[in-house]
Amino acid sequence: MPDAPGLELIRGEIEQDHPGAVLDTGFDRGQPALVVDPAQILAVLTWLRDAPGQGYRFLSSLHAADYLPAEPRFAVHYELINRDRVERLRVKALLRDPSAAGPVAAEGVSGRVLGFSPGEEGGRPRASVGRETGRRARPDTPSPPPPADGAEELPEIDSCVELFPTAEFQEREAYDFFGIVFRGHPDLTRILLPDDYVGWPLRRDFPVGGEPVTFTYNERAYG
Amino acid sequence: MAEHQNTNSSHAGGAAGGVPHSAGRGAPEHIGEGAATGPAAGAVDPAAGSVDTELMTINIGPHHPATHGVLRLVVDLEGELVRDLKPVIGYVHTGIEKSCESQAYWKVIPFVERMDYVSYFFQMEAFCGAVERLVELEIPPRARYLRTIFLELNRIHSHLVWLGTTALDLGAISMLWYCFRERDKILDLFEMAAGQRMHTRYFQVGGVIEDIPRGFEAKLREFIAEMPVRVGQYEDLLDRNEVFLSRTKGVGVVPRERLLELGVTGPLLRAAGEPWDLRKAFDYLAYPEMDFKIPVGTVGDGYDRYRVRVAEMVESVRIVEQALDGLPEGPFIADDRKYVLPPRSELSTSMESLIHHFKLVTEGYRVEAGEVYYSIESPRGELGCFVLADGSAKPARVHFRDPSFVNLQAFRDMAVGTYVADMIANLGMLDPILGGVDR
Repeated sequence: MPDAPGLELIRGEIEQDHPGAVLDTGFDRGQPALVVDPAQILAVLTWLRDAPGQGYRFLSSLHAADYLPAEPRFAVHYELINRDRVERLRVKALLRDPSAAGPVAAEGVSGRVLGFSPGEEGGRPRASVGRETGRRARPDTPSPPPPADGAEELPEIDSCVELFPTAEFQEREAYDFFGIVFRGHPDLTRILLPDDYVGWPLRRDFPVGGEPVTFTYNERAYG
Repeated sequence: MAEHQNTNSSHAGGAAGGVPHSAGRGAPEHIGEGAATGPAAGAVDPAAGSVDTELMTINIGPHHPATHGVLRLVVDLEGELVRDLKPVIGYVHTGIEKSCESQAYWKVIPFVERMDYVSYFFQMEAFCGAVERLVELEIPPRARYLRTIFLELNRIHSHLVWLGTTALDLGAISMLWYCFRERDKILDLFEMAAGQRMHTRYFQVGGVIEDIPRGFEAKLREFIAEMPVRVGQYEDLLDRNEVFLSRTKGVGVVPRERLLELGVTGPLLRAAGEPWDLRKAFDYLAYPEMDFKIPVGTVGDGYDRYRVRVAEMVESVRIVEQALDGLPEGPFIADDRKYVLPPRSELSTSMESLIHHFKLVTEGYRVEAGEVYYSIESPRGELGCFVLADGSAKPARVHFRDPSFVNLQAFRDMAVGTYVADMIANLGMLDPILGGVDR
């Protein structure tokens, strides 16, 4: 692991090529982290991967997190490994929630919790109905881009699939659970949840139990 | 969606017409539909082109014995050749990561065990290790060694399940019985120590839940003496088996660079000649004190993957033996009453212990805000656990970087251009556990 001064050195070098790219550095529980401007995430990842003397060429994990009361609320974490020096480095890109209305975020949040409560959505098919009835969209047909969920605005960041092909599934997972849109991803569809699922279930304001359990015998729609 | 509602309303209309819910009414409709579409489909197919050039999209799974779980493969076939392939996953998604967010830290452990249900000790270690790093809790040496023993036993167990089922896919049915015979002995050991054969919940934040019982060591030594002989027998059965060789040699080779790009770790990567093993790369548990080798392959075909895993079993036995020989005396769990339950015997004599016990069991312990990513080498590769703490007694986010999930991306590279039968062999060699893929 780069130590705290090592992290500052990396930051300094990145700043030479990409001024303003690194917003902050963190050293939490012995784990170094760079907080990066999401607009320049690809530049930083490319630099870390290709710059001589760096070589963080292995992306071991990409995942998202929701720091709800905080703003910017979402984060995409890139756990990089330099396999020559056997070092880990975390790169974090913090993303604002575009649908939150600034200072009154708390109000909007509680409103959303209600929005996901069972029975609120009228005639809409509840999540997970699709799988039981086999209506899951065929994956070989071009599936629709992010579900047109009214005017919901989603946080966006550039996809790093070009740099690290391993990110393909993991970015789809982050999109599936948090509704983070990865610009330039070759096939940004839901991966673990059914294609017709509504909502972003791993967000902190999506309640456990916000989704009724659907059994096929409740459906009465076999024909 | 609209179609769906229509069928619903037509059903409702029929019911309103006076005929109650009866099977007789639905049946003729079905037959009529079948008769209408049957000849049409038959008429279209021959006109599509000659048999040689026709691309056919076939759905394999989600319920299929060869997919090792609930995996669905949408395959484009040209005759028997796989031209394109897409894995569709999510059929056993149970929302474990979300469920973890509403549990106290110590209650999360049984949840995460059920992700990759073949290597449950590894999930426990990943989560407990991450929480220990969050609260900066050092675990005592005996716990480190005990955890190492159980992890390596679990690795043997996982590879045995893999070997039995994959050899079964390739036509060697006897391997399944032999492998499961040895697997049962490992499960006996788990049961002896933890009371459960699977999903043991043996690891705790701070150490392990109970010391190994009397008689465990003798039984483990018996196993250590027996296992290398058994592995030798497996090799005798498979190594020169003509069918097995022709099904695995040269099958599913993916270049090492491509595997690294795809983030593949574990035996798949090592079979391609890359000696990357987190047990050696990063210090955790008692691995730095152990003397063991990392088997690597040369070609990266199915046969190398088999060789690497079998050799890993022998190395794991060596680690277990060394850990058992060097098992230090002392406490098996850390003595920090803020995070660790007090010994049962103290509850009737010490008020302090009773309070701590009550507090830990009801609310759990609070963890200062922060985040940790901790990864270990599971039988399938890098198993990472990301825990985000927000200062409360429940984690704000638990994420598992499951090796099966990431490795599955390499399946397309392995299988495209081969025969369907090789695709099944490749899937076996990939060794995905769908519970871990879908979480």
